[in-house]
Amino acid sequence: MGDQVLRYEDLARRRNDLKKTLDRVVPVVLSLGVFLGVTVLAALLFDVVTTGYDRLNLNLITEYPSANPAEAGMRSAVLGTIVTVGLSAIFCIPLSIASAIYLVEYAGGRRWAEVLRYNIANLAGVPSVVFGIVGLGFLVYGLGLGRSVIAGAFTLAILTLPYVTVTCVEAIKTVPEDLKFGAYALGATRLQVVRSIILPRALPMMLTGGILGISRAIGEAAPILIISGLLFIREDPVSLFSRFTVIPLQLFNWISRPLPAFQELSAAAIIVLLLILLALNSAAIYLRYKLYRRLEAA
Amino acid sequence: MGYLSSEQFLSSVKRRRAQDRLFMVVVLAATLVSTLALIVIFVTLSVESVSFFTRVSIIEFLTGTKWTVLFADKHFGVLPLLNATLMTSAIAVAVAGPAGIAAAIYLSEYASQRFRNLMKPVIETLSGVPTVVYGYFALYFITPNFLRGFWEDLSIHNALAVGLMIGALTLPIVVSISDDAMKAVPYDLRLAAYSLGSRKIDVVFRVVLPAALSGVVASIVLTFARAMGETIIAAIAGGFRPVLSFNVGESMQTMTSYLAQVATGDAPHGTIEYQSLFAVGLLLLVITATLNFIGLKVIRRWEIRY
Repeated sequence: MGDQVLRYEDLARRRNDLKKTLDRVVPVVLSLGVFLGVTVLAALLFDVVTTGYDRLNLNLITEYPSANPAEAGMRSAVLGTIVTVGLSAIFCIPLSIASAIYLVEYAGGRRWAEVLRYNIANLAGVPSVVFGIVGLGFLVYGLGLGRSVIAGAFTLAILTLPYVTVTCVEAIKTVPEDLKFGAYALGATRLQVVRSIILPRALPMMLTGGILGISRAIGEAAPILIISGLLFIREDPVSLFSRFTVIPLQLFNWISRPLPAFQELSAAAIIVLLLILLALNSAAIYLRYKLYRRLEAA
Repeated sequence: MGYLSSEQFLSSVKRRRAQDRLFMVVVLAATLVSTLALIVIFVTLSVESVSFFTRVSIIEFLTGTKWTVLFADKHFGVLPLLNATLMTSAIAVAVAGPAGIAAAIYLSEYASQRFRNLMKPVIETLSGVPTVVYGYFALYFITPNFLRGFWEDLSIHNALAVGLMIGALTLPIVVSISDDAMKAVPYDLRLAAYSLGSRKIDVVFRVVLPAALSGVVASIVLTFARAMGETIIAAIAGGFRPVLSFNVGESMQTMTSYLAQVATGDAPHGTIEYQSLFAVGLLLLVITATLNFIGLKVIRRWEIRY
C-alpha cells in the first residue's frame, strides 16, 4: 500500500519534471518557425543585394532591353508597369470603395450581403494565372482588345478587387457607430452619412488598402505573362492598345537566360523592384500613422 | 433667418431620397462587378474547355500519363502536370505548415508584445515579395548553394526548390490565420486551466490549440490551394519537363508552369494548344475552388464561438 503511494508520488514528480523541461524547450523549438521565416527573407535580400549591387545604375531604367546584358535596361517594362498598374488602380480603388459602402451600409447583415461577400471571398481564391487565361480568352480575343495595356489593366483590377474591397470594408467598420446613428437620428439619408461621416474618416485607411493592392499588382507576373506573352519590347507603351511588358515579366525573361551577366542584371532589377515596393509600403504605413494621429487628436 | 415652408421641406426630402436611391444603384452595380467577374471566369473557361473536349476525350485527359501537347505526337494526359502540382504543393505545405503553426503558437502564446509587433510585419513581408524574386532565389541560390550541398546530382531545375520557395511564400498565410484563431480563444480559458494547476505547456497544447483547431486546419487547406496556383516560381525553377515522376530532385512541369510555357511560346487562337490552356486552367480552378470551399467551411463549421 505504502509502496503504491510512493510510486504514484514518484510518477507525479517525474511528470512534473518532464513538463518543467518541456516548458523550457518547447518555446525554443517553436521560435524556430519565426527564425526560419526571418532567415529566408534575410538570405534572399543578402543574395540579391550582393549579386546585383555592382550592376545597379541609371541605365537600368532609362535603356531598352537588349541582347547584350551590359547595356540592357528595362525602360519599356518600367513604363508598362506604371501605365498598366496605374490604370488598374483607377478601375479598382473606386470600385472597391463603392462595393464596401454597399456591403456595409446598404446590404447590412442580410442574406443577400452574405452571398455577395461569399462571391468576393471566392474571387480572392482564384489563382492569379487563371485571371490571365480568362483575360486572354475574354478580353484579348472575346472583346477584341488585343494583347494590350487595357486588357492587362482590367485583369489586374479584377485580380486586386477582392483584397482592396476587404480593407475598405474594414475601414468603414472602424468609423464609430455613434456618429452614424447620430446622423441617422437627425434624419440624414445614407448618402449623406456616407459622404459626411464615413468617407472623411475611412478614406485614409481605404487608400492604404489601395496602395497595398497596387503593390500586389506590381509584383504579379503570371496573368501578365499569359496576356502579353514573353516579348522583347523595345518601345514605350504610348496608347491603351499598345503591346506592353511589366517589370516582373522582364525579370522572368532575364532570369531564364543562363548567363552570369544576366543573373547580375536580374538581381539589379530585383533591387529596383523591391525598392519600388518598399517605397509604396512606406507610403501606406505613413498614411496609417497620420490617420492615427488625426484620430487621436479628434 | 427664414423658415422652410413645408413644401420646400418635402421637396428637399424627396430630392435627398432620390439621390440616395440613385447612389444605392451605383454602389450595388459596383458590388456586382465581383459576381460578374466570377461568372465571366467560369463561362470563359467552360466554353473553351468544351471545344477542347470535343477534340480530346475527357477520359484520356484525366487518366492519361503522357502530356505532349506542344510536340508533334500529341498526348493529352494531364496526370504528369497534376502530379507535379500536387508534389510541389505538398512540399510547400510540409514546410509552411509546421513552421507556420510553430511561429503562430510562439507569437500568440510565448512572445512578448514587443517581439510580436516586430516580427509579424517581417513575416508578412514574405508574402509581399514578388514571386519572380523567389524564382530567382530558387534557381540561383537555393538549388546551387544550398540543396546541392547535400544532394550533389540535383538537377538545376527541380521540384524540391520550387516547393521550398512556395512554402516560404505561403508561410505568412498559415501564421496569420492560425494566429488569429489562437488569439480568438478567450483569456478566461487559459486562466481557468492555470487555476487548475496546469503548466504553460498544457495550457498551450491542451486548451488553446484544440480550441483554435478549426483555424489551424483551415490555414493548411487554404495554403495548399494557394500553393497549387503559384505559377512563376514553378516556371522559373521547376523547368518545362512534363514527366510523371516522384523524384523531387528532377525537373517536372506543374499545371501552372505548363500554362506559362504555352504563353511564352506561340499558341494562335483556336489551336488545340490554345484550348488546352483553358482545360488545364479549369481543372486548376475546380481543385483550388474545392479546397477553398472546404477551408472556409471548416472555419465556419468547427469554429467554437465564445
